[in-house]
Amino acid sequence: MGKTIAEKIFDAHRVDEPFPDTHVLKLDRVFCHEITTPIAITALMARGMDRVFDPTKIKAVIDHVTPAKDSKTAEQGKILRDWARRHEIKDFFDIGKNGVCHAIFPEKGFVRPGYTIIMGDSHTCTHGAFGAFAAGIGTTDLEVGILKGVCAFHFPKTIKIVLTGQLKPGVYAKDLILFIIKELTVNGATNMVIEFTGPVVDAMSMESRMTLCNMAIEAGGTCGICYPDRITVDYLWDFIKDEFASKEDALKDYSQWVSDADAEYERVLEYNVSELQPMVTVGYKPDQVRSIAEISGTKVDQIYIGSCTNGRIEDLRIAAEVLKGKKISDNVRAIVSPATPAIYSMALTEGIIEIFQDAGFCVTNPTCGACLGMSNGVLAEGEVCASTTNRNFNGRMGKGGMVHLMSPASAAAAAITGVITNSDLFKA
Amino acid sequence: MKNFKGNVLFLDRSDINTDEIIPAKYLTEITKAALQPNLLEDLVLPGFSRADTKDKAVIVTRENFGCGSSREHAPWALEVNGINVVIAESFARIFRQNMYNCGMFAIELPKQTIDGLFQNYAGKAVTMEIDVDGNQIKIQADGKSETLAFKVGEFDQTLVKEGGWVGYADKNY
Repeated sequence: MGKTIAEKIFDAHRVDEPFPDTHVLKLDRVFCHEITTPIAITALMARGMDRVFDPTKIKAVIDHVTPAKDSKTAEQGKILRDWARRHEIKDFFDIGKNGVCHAIFPEKGFVRPGYTIIMGDSHTCTHGAFGAFAAGIGTTDLEVGILKGVCAFHFPKTIKIVLTGQLKPGVYAKDLILFIIKELTVNGATNMVIEFTGPVVDAMSMESRMTLCNMAIEAGGTCGICYPDRITVDYLWDFIKDEFASKEDALKDYSQWVSDADAEYERVLEYNVSELQPMVTVGYKPDQVRSIAEISGTKVDQIYIGSCTNGRIEDLRIAAEVLKGKKISDNVRAIVSPATPAIYSMALTEGIIEIFQDAGFCVTNPTCGACLGMSNGVLAEGEVCASTTNRNFNGRMGKGGMVHLMSPASAAAAAITGVITNSDLFKA
Repeated sequence: MKNFKGNVLFLDRSDINTDEIIPAKYLTEITKAALQPNLLEDLVLPGFSRADTKDKAVIVTRENFGCGSSREHAPWALEVNGINVVIAESFARIFRQNMYNCGMFAIELPKQTIDGLFQNYAGKAVTMEIDVDGNQIKIQADGKSETLAFKVGEFDQTLVKEGGWVGYADKNY
């Protein structure tokens, strides 16, 4: 019997199996941000264990509330900053250099095929786009990760999703993952890895693959995974060119992180997605998904484009294409948060920031802020947001607010009309 | 070990998420105690009020409890309200592990058993106690008692007994 990529990564990283189905894995990366890490740091200090297993494998960023909005968030930033300095964690991204964790860490080349990665953040599953096993964990697991460089997991079964056909213009990775979550339901992949495979994924950019993997957790998944390929190597090349003689060599090495043809799966689901329409969530669960057409005309108050799901350059380009030469409706306000400083700079150079501003968008610094109602775009009671983020839970973007999750193109279209709209309307 | 005995709060809904258990705006707190007043503040459940959480030690609920965020603030918000046991049909992975990592119980029971708990005990004065060594839930209501067996992995049981994962890992790795 062959092995899945997750099994291969587990086999290569297992340091102990102290109990049945308890796999203690060696970690290649521990990612940290200022919301879940400070409590881990203070807890370690209180235990007299203020140590780190390897400062070169720990990467940290202030991203959720930045710049700090009040004394409490300033304190969280300070705890993380002081800790990074104290332990000589060189890859610490402070205000001015910081971006949304799941955008900036891949962009810096910190994620590689075959890696094990944990972070105190549920959307850590994003990094599986590179063929890594990346899982969100809580503060206690984070403490142990920081201290010892290990984490314990039960063995994850795998759901393989095979995507065939060709996405229509105006339909993106976001529409696809919303459709898949609807099919799987919010706990359909609990304790499982979701492999995204097939010609549709093969043709996708790394940005789109990250959008797919990012929302694996919304179906309960431990990690989303795409197989590393030429596109992965091209994305990483600047960071790995000293390790490999050629891209072909890199590709050959990374090909060990692909599931075997006879691997055992919990489920294999195949979808031809050629007829897929732009999708949107309704209600408070991410599996409550309809086509945009079914709820078009629904009034919105705020548009938000950003987050670890859809704040990358590809997303901004797609939204800008819809917005170019248009103005947002008088009945809405619109916010865009480029996910990293590099994305912001690219958007400036490409004239995308100008398009957003001319349309009437507020352009914020890179931050998670509005996605979880912490800053930079919190909703008022009863307000509705067309959002490119990943969660529509009750109160997520502000108490009593309603969030409709959708693609950047659909969010841009909603900004122009003030209602949920198919972006096709704005195709030249 | 923590306290595993007391009154029961019944939450008759699936997919109760971490944002409902403790909204993100409270994640700027850096002490567990500060979370105490805000447990289940955004819970969408007709008839539920925050006052229902008072003097409870156990929650009985449906499927996929704790889905969403990785925030360990969710178990902490339960803990600082005296609730160290959640019994459900199923849990989200991260929440479940966070509970055991904190030395708390996330106990899975089959749907029909959970149905029975709701039918027989919801709305009544009922107490439950977890027998940690015997893997049993002792239920008392109306002067009658009942015992239910549950399964827990060796790792999870060790975490409950040793009071969490940090000490164990530091000793062994």
